[in-house]
Amino acid sequence: MAPKTMFEKIWDTHVVREEEGKPSLLYVDLHLVHEVTSPQAFDGLRLNNRRIRRLDKTVAVADHNVPTNDRDKPLTDEISKAQLEAMQRNADEFGLEYHDMFSEKQGIVHVIGPEQGRTQPGMIIVCGDSHTATHGAVGAMAFGIGTSEVEHVLATQCIWQAKPKTMEIRVDGTLGFGVTPKDVILAIIGKIGTSGGIGHAIEYTGSVFREMSMEGRMTVCNMSIEAGARTGMVAPDEKTFAYLKGREYAPGGADWDAAVERWAALRTDPDATFDTVVTLDAADIQPQVTWGTNPAQVLPVSGRVPKPDEFESSQEQGAVEKALAYMGLNGGERIQDIAVDTVFIGSCTNSRIEDLRAAAEVAKGKQKAGSVRALVVPGSWAVKQQAEAEGLDQVFTDAGFEWRDAGCSMCLAMNPDRLAPGERSASTSNRNFEGRQGPGGRTHLVSPPMAAAAAIAGHFVDVRELN
Amino acid sequence: MDAFTKHTGKVVPYDMPNVDTDQIIPARFLKKIDRVGFGELLFYELRYEEDGSPKPGFILNQPQYAGGTVLVSGPQFGIGSSREHAPWAIQQYGFRVVIAPSFGDIFRNNCYQNGLLPVMLDAAEVDTIIARAQEIQGYELSVDLEAQQVTDGHGLAASFDIDPFRKENLVQGLDDIGLTLQNEAAIDAFEGANS
Ligand code: SF4
Repeated sequence: MAPKTMFEKIWDTHVVREEEGKPSLLYVDLHLVHEVTSPQAFDGLRLNNRRIRRLDKTVAVADHNVPTNDRDKPLTDEISKAQLEAMQRNADEFGLEYHDMFSEKQGIVHVIGPEQGRTQPGMIIVCGDSHTATHGAVGAMAFGIGTSEVEHVLATQCIWQAKPKTMEIRVDGTLGFGVTPKDVILAIIGKIGTSGGIGHAIEYTGSVFREMSMEGRMTVCNMSIEAGARTGMVAPDEKTFAYLKGREYAPGGADWDAAVERWAALRTDPDATFDTVVTLDAADIQPQVTWGTNPAQVLPVSGRVPKPDEFESSQEQGAVEKALAYMGLNGGERIQDIAVDTVFIGSCTNSRIEDLRAAAEVAKGKQKAGSVRALVVPGSWAVKQQAEAEGLDQVFTDAGFEWRDAGCSMCLAMNPDRLAPGERSASTSNRNFEGRQGPGGRTHLVSPPMAAAAAIAGHFVDVRELN
Repeated sequence: MDAFTKHTGKVVPYDMPNVDTDQIIPARFLKKIDRVGFGELLFYELRYEEDGSPKPGFILNQPQYAGGTVLVSGPQFGIGSSREHAPWAIQQYGFRVVIAPSFGDIFRNNCYQNGLLPVMLDAAEVDTIIARAQEIQGYELSVDLEAQQVTDGHGLAASFDIDPFRKENLVQGLDDIGLTLQNEAAIDAFEGANS
């Protein structure tokens, strides 16, 4: 048999129908649904008298616009309320498992999937959300879809896909002190650009990812879309199996051993080749901070904001000028001199327990800078409970940070957590687009320890230089 | 879905790289639960002042581009989130075609689902179109999906690639779900073999 990449193995076992030169019809093992991209899909089903084909492979959760505090009070935002009510109605009408904001299984859709063991190696997973690639961390092929496709998967449990090319991103070596998985993925995006991965399925390989925790792998896979790729994955290994064992929806008993055997065989064959290969050296990666309005506009924390004339084409210069103007920055300014107003620790990129531990370690025993607003928003109820059991909430509140309930929150500002125009944030989320965290808001993407350090100092600092 | 075969219309040249979906339609407008009313929200932040009055400098507010139906922009148009509200907003504003050197993958898929045609041309061809649209009052393009060609009556004739499956569905205005359900036996068989 010809050697195959992990991606090809997963693809090949999910083809329902295939015809030369056309997209393939693939079977979906897990469909995650949330309140924002689904209402029009349910409407479509209703209009055409269609049902959900596999309720057992579909689960819905409220995350994007739930409030992260005062949940016992009535919702103040009428439109959020309408959307959450629509989700509830649709779940009731179609018989769908749904976790509203009072469920113990509630959380950001990409946090709860792996955490509950629903996300498993070898699966095809889709969700009406572009950060679905997060689930690729366990060795699944997971990608975001649009609302029409949500409707399609609900009705058919299948999706039409043109086969992407394969890309290997290999990072070997050992990460330096203070360098986190977030810095690795930001450095990758800085290198290949926001279009580097377009049309590709990425597999992250090399010693850095082998050594990385499951949660770190999730952070990396999460931002595959910021590199242009719809899906990114890491081969399942002992760490993956240990992570999944005993989780509620993971296989149990005799099924477990059979599953592990199947999963272990998913790894890319030694002689398989990728269409594109990118390599980075771990030793070159420093803590990263984005300075512009797309995630590829990123620099090591030791750097200076670029000047437009450092770029070649007039189009690039124009884009840099526009980004600097929006961000209220001057070319040549030291990153570490940039003062922040708000710090956001959360989002499906960095809201898991390990992220909160790393941020708490920096905040412990310190005080946030006077004028800074600092928000910590755990990725799920389960993360919140775990953090509280470890006393992390206390560490944060002692340092003057706010401790919230689980949701997307300031990652996309669909709930009241948002930046005011001109306000500047250090954020552990994944997008620094104009207005992403609120109209006129200015976002700098960083790792959780870097965000916590910025909250303490009131400006960016190099975490490696903290005592 | 409306079928798409040929379209001729006025060009709106939005000369900007990396137009992401947050610019096309900010997240706070994703709360609507129906599929209509997004046209007025297209490029909201760039298009309106805080008090809701139009920003005179923004391209959609310039009278010479009113009634445009072909949006032309820079590389990586539509990068970012999976929100289908982005193509809805573009389409409901009145556009039938978006032309750019490259597109965000999910955005491009979402366009096909709605009968909005994304056309990838070489960067040089896009630059030519943008320059002409800026110079020539009422500049129009004709987009022929069957012939896979874009022409402008000023000498431009650019061909483009499109997945034959997408093309067929667009030309016939086919609903993806109906198409898939023709394969129900194959889905049943797959489920039988993998349960
Ligand atoms: S946390 Fe942000 S990126 Fe993640 S699912 Fe929510 S809105 Fe999307």
